[in-house]
Amino acid sequence: MKEITVISGKGGTGKTTFTANLASLMDNLVIGDCDVDAPNLHLLLNPVNISEEIHKGAKLAVKNQDLCIDCGKCYDYCRFNAITAADYQVKNLKCEGCGVCVEVCPTDALKLEAIETGSLYQAESKFGEMIHARLIPGADTSGKLVSEVKKKASAVAKQKNKDWILIDGSPGIGCPVIASLTGSDMAILVTEPTLSGFSDLKRVIEVVKHFKIPAGLVINKFDLNEKIGDRIERYCKEEDIELLTKIPYSRVIVESLQKGELFVDNDQDLRARMTSVIAKLNTKLEVE
Amino acid sequence: MKQEISLSILSGKGGTGKTTLAVNLALALDNVQLLDADVEEPNDYIFISPEIEKKEKESVMRLIPEIDEDKCTACRKCVDFCEYNALAMMLDNVLVFEEVCHSCGGCKIVCPENAITEKERELGKLYHDNQAKIDFWQGELNTGEEKAVPVIEKLKTKIDHSRKVIIDSPPGTTCPTIEAITDTDFTVVVTEPSSFGLHDLKMVVEMLNEIRQPFAVVINRAEADSDYLIEDYCQENEINILLKIPFSRKIAELYSNGKPFLDELEGWRAKFKELYREIREEAAKDERNNSN
Repeated sequence: MKEITVISGKGGTGKTTFTANLASLMDNLVIGDCDVDAPNLHLLLNPVNISEEIHKGAKLAVKNQDLCIDCGKCYDYCRFNAITAADYQVKNLKCEGCGVCVEVCPTDALKLEAIETGSLYQAESKFGEMIHARLIPGADTSGKLVSEVKKKASAVAKQKNKDWILIDGSPGIGCPVIASLTGSDMAILVTEPTLSGFSDLKRVIEVVKHFKIPAGLVINKFDLNEKIGDRIERYCKEEDIELLTKIPYSRVIVESLQKGELFVDNDQDLRARMTSVIAKLNTKLEVE
Repeated sequence: MKQEISLSILSGKGGTGKTTLAVNLALALDNVQLLDADVEEPNDYIFISPEIEKKEKESVMRLIPEIDEDKCTACRKCVDFCEYNALAMMLDNVLVFEEVCHSCGGCKIVCPENAITEKERELGKLYHDNQAKIDFWQGELNTGEEKAVPVIEKLKTKIDHSRKVIIDSPPGTTCPTIEAITDTDFTVVVTEPSSFGLHDLKMVVEMLNEIRQPFAVVINRAEADSDYLIEDYCQENEINILLKIPFSRKIAELYSNGKPFLDELEGWRAKFKELYREIREEAAKDERNNSN
């Protein structure tokens, strides 16, 4: 069983569209949507949820006003500015649940409580089981929820003897991305030939190198700016990152997306490009 | 001196045109301060200050525990206390996993032997380029680091209210985004007319309503036959649409080369100025509502 995580650094490069189309052409797989901040994969794969679990990822400090003596120790020790200066109340959006205020409170007026931060769904799609999640806006434990999605996807894959786990990773380079990548056999980096895309790609390459995860490259909208595309290709070659495919800047893709359809169903050339990716994944991960 | 307003620009997902809007709007105005708070993937510099690496910079540090093995009695109190599993017991030694540490300082407090001190570790950087018309600041998270919020907090200490402040926020609805928009007078949400765009717009709107932040929408990559996706939703929810930027290969190509489009397509400098005038009006309206 091999786990592949698709990431992009920059948002909007076509990561999710790529993942959905790739998933539709792969056999015997479990799909995981780890882009829990902006989960979009279900919009293309139309899964039917079969179970929901409430996710309690974060802890928050909760205050019992009756016990509080207004000593202000919680305010003094909190490093996240999560206690109000005026009346020592917990600011939920700032609290990181570290427990320092609980520790320093002389009257036990504070305690940590687990709070609901999102939901985890097990679902069935036309192309295989899918695990996805929804984070409550403002919750800060996307990294933990990402890990839950991966854990569940892996458990389902083992139980059903699947060959592949395909993960739609998070954008950026922070906590959720690192959680998406942890334990993956390979990362697919989806980029676009723009200076922003290139800049973000370099940062995300540093992250995969840091965690020693082999990576492959996909250049989306490659004919938008072939000069920058070539620079990206050369850069990746030097970094030992194989080019998996290039996808053109195409009306078919835009229109497919607007209709909620897969572009591999609407264009033979695009389909062939995606099929070649799967052949390369097979070689890279199994023959090696 | 009369204070200018502060504006934050955000989107539900990346790649919808947040940077495009922030940069072109900033360039259309005078006396602007642009802060790129999208610290995981800052891109404004490409359009404003491509050589930012060579400009003024300062480090954003955080604190990491250091264990004095001579004093440590392996009592495990720090390991048990840490909510993030950043400390672990290996034989009789405490190991520190610096990357997952949140720098709360709790381990140092609970250690009965005073065996824990703290050292600084660089979390990110701020870059600064003060130009004739734009005072530009960029926050950047170091690769391998997880916590964007402290970098954004530090960036926001640079806000100069005598200028028109524009903050390019991280996309999404989680803490870094909320940190970036908190205390700004008004927020513009950039979206695009697709099922993805609508879905992510709804998530952002939910978050903005929760924190009671006044906002309006700009549609990027607008197209006559799909704009209804966003327009219908905004109408139902009484959300103002301030501007549409058309779907255009020309804009995409300019963007790819790191070029703003406001002077390349006719009339757009004026449109961005008009947009800012409207934003100011909306922000003032909201202030009146609040004081009533």
